[in-house]
Amino acid sequence: MAQAAITFEHVSKQFNQCGYAAVDDVSFTVEQGEFVTILGSSGCGKTTLLKMVNRLYQPDAGKILLFGKDVAKTDAVQLRRSIGYVIQQIGLFPHMTIEENIATVPQLLHWEKATISKRVTELLDLVGLPAQEFRNRYPAQLSGGQQQRVGLARALAAQPKIMLMDEPFGAIDAITRMGLQDELLALQKELNKTILFVTHDINEAFRLGNRVMIMNQGRICQFDTQKNILENPADAFTKALIDSAKAQQRFWEDFT
Amino acid sequence: MADLWMQIHAYFSQNTTEYLAYLWQHVSISLLSLAVSCLIGIPLGYLCTRNRLLNRCITGIFQVLRIIPSLAILILLIPVMGTGVAPSITALVLLSVPPILMNTTVGFAGVPAFMNETACALGMTESQQFWRVQVPLALPKILTGMKIAMVEIIASATLAAKIGAGGLGSLILTGIGLFRTDLLLIGGVSVSLLAILSGLMFQLLSRWLFPYQPAKNK
Repeated sequence: MAQAAITFEHVSKQFNQCGYAAVDDVSFTVEQGEFVTILGSSGCGKTTLLKMVNRLYQPDAGKILLFGKDVAKTDAVQLRRSIGYVIQQIGLFPHMTIEENIATVPQLLHWEKATISKRVTELLDLVGLPAQEFRNRYPAQLSGGQQQRVGLARALAAQPKIMLMDEPFGAIDAITRMGLQDELLALQKELNKTILFVTHDINEAFRLGNRVMIMNQGRICQFDTQKNILENPADAFTKALIDSAKAQQRFWEDFT
Repeated sequence: MADLWMQIHAYFSQNTTEYLAYLWQHVSISLLSLAVSCLIGIPLGYLCTRNRLLNRCITGIFQVLRIIPSLAILILLIPVMGTGVAPSITALVLLSVPPILMNTTVGFAGVPAFMNETACALGMTESQQFWRVQVPLALPKILTGMKIAMVEIIASATLAAKIGAGGLGSLILTGIGLFRTDLLLIGGVSVSLLAILSGLMFQLLSRWLFPYQPAKNK
């Protein structure tokens, strides 16, 4: 049906200081418009995998294609400007106002001033922060949840086709996180981006993704729809993961 | 006591030009020294964050220099550079580079890794990352270093009169030589006020430049 947005072909990455591969011979394809969540415990290589897409890390072996183009052969700076990036620490620039933060990539791309200003208003509305009230504030004046909305707006600013999200809601309290997850789903319905979303929270992974990629020790255990994973867990790790989530579920039921 | 006031009053009414000249000498020597210190301290401080070995060497050298009293440095420079403005400024620079250098290092080292990575991931080139993110984030600390340096310079510039650089120190030296309490007071109070004023100005400057900073980081 749709064109493949992201293709990994036998990609491996090993860091100098450790003896094992962070990402070990990984191959997969993500279609355009898919929302893929990558689930795994810390150190399983999920963040490394994500950072190779926008060339923050270079793979040791294999090829990564975005819309059929080899990322290794594109200009890294231009590539990064065309990909949205959101991280757990949010990384808003504290010395810039909300407007300047969101305008970062459009400014790097030399958009017209008026166009940028219009886009900022549009984006702030999109993420549910009234532009009038927020555009001239500084990040320190916002709550964590509000800051991550701005982080999302900044990533969306230059209309990237691909969004990389590295545990974006990891440091946000449970109630706000639920709200942000809902909004992200609603946004995705409207914008139809291709999203790679890294998380270690199985509930978040199963709730948000069209498909879930389960990773362990640098390899993909299973990459499938939630239904298929639940019905046919591919290996012991996947099964353990699901069992732990179910055990947690029972823990709550025991209270009622 | 009343006598003293009369004397001070008389000094100011008769020697306004002399006083202003001393004041101007003091301020200009101080500003010049600060400028040179910044030119040396800020780039060196930045380099220290890039190279650990360099960091150790430079920090070591300036730590030792700091232990030597400023008066000793001034006197030691006489056989090398003679007397006058140049050796005075050299001594003041030697004294004031360390606070600027160290605060610059702390400022740049304090930029979190994820901030640099975000700047990179958004598609900034290396120089854009440096000028748009690293420098602005390090600037508050650099300014703190400049403030400390400025206050130190103004205080130590008083001693520079001893080797013929002029300034408000000359008033104090004359006061000591002639047992003139009025001159001592005028010189001493002027230097103190100047130091306090410059500290205050840096405070205001940083409040104006960094409106986004919570007050505790000042």
